[in-house]
Amino acid sequence: MSTLTIVWWKEILENLRDRRTVISTFVFGPLFGPVLIAGFMAFAINQDVKRAEKDLEIPVIGAEHAPNLIAFLEQSGIKVVAAPADPKSAVRKREVDVVLTIPASYADEWRGGERARVELILDRSQMQAQQSIARLSETLLRYGQMTAAQRLLIRGIEPEVIAPIEIASLDQSTPQSRAGMLLAFFPYILILTVFAGASYLAIDTTAGERERHTLEPLLINPVSRASVMLGKLCATATFAFISLILCIVAFAFTIQLVPTGKLGITIVLGAREGLLLFLITAPIALVGAALQVMLAAFSKSYREAQTYLSLLVLLPALPSMIMAVNPIKAQEWMYAVPLLSHQLLIEQAVKGDVVETGHLLTSMLVTLLVAAVFAWMASRLYHRERLAISA
Amino acid sequence: MIKVAGLKKAFGSGKDLVQAVDGVSFSAADGQITGLLGPNGAGKTTTLRMLYTLMRPDAGTLEVDGAEVRLDPDRVRRQLGVLPDARGLYKRLTARENIAYFGRLHGLTPAYIESRIALMSQALQLQDILDRKTEGFSNGQRVKVAIARALVHDPRNVVLDEPTNGLDVMSTRSLRRFMLELKAEGRCVLFSSHIMQEVAALCDRIVVIARGQVIADGSADELRAQAGESSLEDAFVKLVGADAEGMA
Repeated sequence: MSTLTIVWWKEILENLRDRRTVISTFVFGPLFGPVLIAGFMAFAINQDVKRAEKDLEIPVIGAEHAPNLIAFLEQSGIKVVAAPADPKSAVRKREVDVVLTIPASYADEWRGGERARVELILDRSQMQAQQSIARLSETLLRYGQMTAAQRLLIRGIEPEVIAPIEIASLDQSTPQSRAGMLLAFFPYILILTVFAGASYLAIDTTAGERERHTLEPLLINPVSRASVMLGKLCATATFAFISLILCIVAFAFTIQLVPTGKLGITIVLGAREGLLLFLITAPIALVGAALQVMLAAFSKSYREAQTYLSLLVLLPALPSMIMAVNPIKAQEWMYAVPLLSHQLLIEQAVKGDVVETGHLLTSMLVTLLVAAVFAWMASRLYHRERLAISA
Repeated sequence: MIKVAGLKKAFGSGKDLVQAVDGVSFSAADGQITGLLGPNGAGKTTTLRMLYTLMRPDAGTLEVDGAEVRLDPDRVRRQLGVLPDARGLYKRLTARENIAYFGRLHGLTPAYIESRIALMSQALQLQDILDRKTEGFSNGQRVKVAIARALVHDPRNVVLDEPTNGLDVMSTRSLRRFMLELKAEGRCVLFSSHIMQEVAALCDRIVVIARGQVIADGSADELRAQAGESSLEDAFVKLVGADAEGMA
């Protein structure tokens, strides 16, 4: 057996015997993301479905001034209810989404063929009210257009005159791509899982060994320090890979529990997609392992290593944040940037888009190169004299 | 056979420069126990760390059975068994697994490792703890396992850095017996200590180190004669000077 294999197996064996590591790497780490996403999606979908199915109740002030309008609203599935005593404060306090006010002047204006004014009391900052507001506004507009068309016809004019442009939206999103919008979190969760999965072993096998006074005896053996480091790196990467596989499997299961069918969405996460996700993410798991082993070898103590690595966990969030603030179209060069390429490829994979082999290979190659650079740096650090000295 | 000549090592730089080892030369013969005696901070551990290839000397040569530390460090490591200053065990592995891990790193076959473990567990009385995880071991048990681990490859030369540190009387006695066995087997045993009685009782030859330099080198009788004192302790204090006050 080579030094690498001996060290690798010893680190695996030793850490499999540590309940804390096993639970955090194989249970909490991989399950946290999928359960969170599935739970969040299920909640959001149920909310959406409830809102869409429910008859919209709109408090109306002055309904008696516009019986035809009220009838039209009722036909369109909007239930007119009595308005609260203080409509403005009711809107501010989120007791109602929106209040429709029909002034006393409405009837005269309507009969006189003038622009008849109605008012909506609303709060644009209330996210949950937007759907009600949009539906009410759209219904009111439709009533207005219908009336305009009737009035033009009476005057012998084709209604098309006032609607020179007809907008027809041909929605090109597939069910998977709509699901992908909900899955925007997923790349981050996946990369976070592999970083976190590597974290404990990276610290334990380097800074931890020094702190427990076992690194000095270990390095006195007639073996090269580079192969000792690689053995530890491989053990760290092994744990990250297992974390990753469990995370994908857990996600495949939890996603089935989400009532995506209610929105006409299907998410495909079968063996093929799972394998694709693994191929995309495995190289970045190596980067995470190599980078963390390097940082752990660099730091003087277990605590210092923990500080570095807890900051490092923020790194995979960067592309997600950039894409959220400034959503840019995927460009070719992005597939040569680790993390950014993973964000794009993982999203494409879960949306059911075609992942181009060229993009995948570019991303894998560049990411593996980066991992090799970090591994080389870790090896340089392992050759420093003070690495093994505990005191 | 261990030969050290003109060894130098400094730490830090500029105003903070500390010359930890400043021209140390001595040799340790086969079939003898050689003691490195000196107060804390005299440079014993640094000297030994350079010998067992963990640190690079600034100047000087170190030879183990003809292999030079800087030219052929792997051969030196194979010919040395070392109980270093840091002697931690993997607490989630059993004593046997701890010893076997180092045996495999030495490239030994599983059968040979098992035979060595059987031999050493008898010599060091490890039978009862061999298959227990080392978490919760006493100091004495830990040192014994660390020594077995250091000697798994049956080295001709044995280096022990303050081996009796923190051990109770019983463990200390059995460790001394073990060192005498190593000597009887014809091995070269080099150990460091700051405990006078221990050195006097065990060593064929004593190398006294203070402030990074060898200040005396010879048998206990020769040191006493050199200092003109009848007890070794008085001889030691006289040789080392004021620095040694307050030490055991």
